Amino acid sequence: MIGESWVTTTVDKLEEWGQNNSLWPLPFGTACCAIEFMSVVSSHYDMARFGYEVVRFSPRQSDVMIVAGTITDKMGPTLKRIYEQMPDPKWVVSMGACACSGGFYRAYHVMQGIDEIVPVDVYVPGCPPTPEGLMYGILQLKEKIKRDTRRRLKEKRADSDDSGSAAA
Amino acid sequence: MPTATIPALPLLEDYPEGSVLPVEGADQPTWIVRREVLSRLALELRDNPETQFDLMLDLCGVDYPDRDERFEAVYHLYSLPRGERLRLKVPLTEADPVLPSLIDVWSACDWFEREAWDMFGIRFEGHPNLRRLLTHEAFQGHPLRKDYDPARRWILTEDKIYRPDPQPPGGDTDDDIFERMTINIGPSHPAMHGTFRVVACLDGEIIVASEVEIGYLHRCFEKMSETHTWQQVIPYTDRLNYCSSFINNVAYCRGVEQLLGIEPPPKAVWARTILSEFSRIMDHCVCNGTTLVDTGALTNFWYMFQPREEIYGLLEACCGARLTVSACRIGGLLQELPPDFEARCRNLLETIPAFISDVDKLITKNRIWLDRSVGVAAISGEEAVNRGWTGPCLRAAGVAYDVRKAHPYDLYDTVDFEVPVFQGGDVNDRFRVRMAEIEQSLSIIRQLLDRGMPEGGFIVDDPHVALPPKEDAYTQMEAMIYHFKLIMDGIQVPPGELYSMVEGANGELGFYIISDGSGKPYRIKVRPPCFPLMATFSRLMNGGTLSDAIATLGGLNVIAGELER
Ligand code: SF4
Repeated sequence: MIGESWVTTTVDKLEEWGQNNSLWPLPFGTACCAIEFMSVVSSHYDMARFGYEVVRFSPRQSDVMIVAGTITDKMGPTLKRIYEQMPDPKWVVSMGACACSGGFYRAYHVMQGIDEIVPVDVYVPGCPPTPEGLMYGILQLKEKIKRDTRRRLKEKRADSDDSGSAAA
Repeated sequence: MPTATIPALPLLEDYPEGSVLPVEGADQPTWIVRREVLSRLALELRDNPETQFDLMLDLCGVDYPDRDERFEAVYHLYSLPRGERLRLKVPLTEADPVLPSLIDVWSACDWFEREAWDMFGIRFEGHPNLRRLLTHEAFQGHPLRKDYDPARRWILTEDKIYRPDPQPPGGDTDDDIFERMTINIGPSHPAMHGTFRVVACLDGEIIVASEVEIGYLHRCFEKMSETHTWQQVIPYTDRLNYCSSFINNVAYCRGVEQLLGIEPPPKAVWARTILSEFSRIMDHCVCNGTTLVDTGALTNFWYMFQPREEIYGLLEACCGARLTVSACRIGGLLQELPPDFEARCRNLLETIPAFISDVDKLITKNRIWLDRSVGVAAISGEEAVNRGWTGPCLRAAGVAYDVRKAHPYDLYDTVDFEVPVFQGGDVNDRFRVRMAEIEQSLSIIRQLLDRGMPEGGFIVDDPHVALPPKEDAYTQMEAMIYHFKLIMDGIQVPPGELYSMVEGANGELGFYIISDGSGKPYRIKVRPPCFPLMATFSRLMNGGTLSDAIATLGGLNVIAGELER
């Protein structure tokens, strides 16, 4: 029994480490925030330092969607579709006031926050957030992923303990 | 408010009594026109050698619910050969808001008419494709009507999405080499800059028909500006063309200042001119940089983006923000310029040319780039004017119209600069015009710096317009009251209307502002320079290859925030 769980833990740890350090972001940039997003990925701020190296424009190849910019009602279905196309596990970072809450556009054509249609893991405030702000956000996401995998791990272990005692 | 004389045009005598009425005391010649004579008048205005209004700058609707004739369609015309402006207003009733379409006179009307239909429900008879332009397919009502609730949303579901199926005129022909295929690009596609959607019908690699769909970033700027005070609109203007937001600030503030009849102090004007030129450089860098990326020349992107990062540093020192600066205030600037303003500017003047010349060396004679750009998406000057083009793209097609020269504002009449013009009207010339303009902008900045910073304040000394200094607001009763009044009620702009324009990085950026004296703008219509460019995109793509289309879009420099507002 002990041997078995020891093996699972290590693979999970390895998986967690890998997940955490090689996040492939999908930039869903629409507006002004996307311009600041470009600053973050280019040489000066260099997001690659934190493992967000490979920016992918295909949802099938990415695991974190960074929504940068205002999402309108017209764009909504597209955003949702792209989110659904991403393979699990997946995360969403909402960059900027608009993506978080509609920002200062309390208006007839603007979605009042993308959490109306997709689950959001990290909200980064600002209009636009500073590059430092976004970097803090993506570091928070790494923390969250770590926590999540820990919890998953614990649950798994509890599950296997349960089933173990049931069998006994 | 400036007034203009009404030209006594002989052609008006032929029209029935009362069908064309000049308005006295407007900021530019303005006629009220009955819709029955509109088509005839428009054609004559364009072709009569006495008028030659060849450029249709803007068309918008205005809603006056209290009037018998509730709607007004407003045309802003410009005559390039004569340098004159004219505004036509056509009143329409709510029961019958129908106008003849003027597409045949000015092709620029195409999208403008669709927008007016979308926003106000004004119908244009004879328009070939009067669909909504900015709002989505499930939208009900016309949002810029005064009785439309600004926050009333409609939800679009997947099944309602419009699926265009462009077909070339004449249908299937035997000339096709390959089987036809229709593909969808965007809206979330990197080459579409995140927000445009193109559906193209392909014969092999050649686009034979295409349709462009926009509105994915329609953020209701115009409605929002009607629900905020005059100062609160400034941050919204930042987010129009967010690559050169400072120029938007200037354009808007200048308009309101003219309505108020105030002049910003010399220091503010000086700094506005310098920062506008830096913003123009930044905008051109982004445009040329992304065009090159889209055609595969990634290195240049880094070279072009570095000056931008450095100009951000200057803007940040002036106002604390990099991108969305809001650095202007009505009557002047946000705050005192930083002490090292001039030193920073001079430093930039020294560093920027190196990057530009690196790109110049890498690209201007580069075989691959030339193959990708020369002769691609070419347009003649005449057609470009008819389609409402202005700015660098128009100058690349051989028409030397630049607001800074034709109608100088700020300090542009006191500096020496040239308006670069190229003749080809293709992707390559659009690129070269921008490179040449960067040089001119640098020279303008240099001349202004040599003149030295003017003495005096950074904003007008008028407590009805400018906030009192913070210390005074805390220590003096009177200053505190003014501060309170300005924050709570906003600036009180007298009733009136005005069209104010500047040369944006992308062409003539106009603000048509109407005030009813209520403390909030009654209507603000932006004349977005990239709107007519994007409206032409489909025409430019057709007949070229798919890869040419991508190169073309980059060179048009369409910024969604400004296009869709
Ligand atoms: S949060 Fe601000 S900067 Fe970002 S997209 Fe919205 S308006 Fe633009």
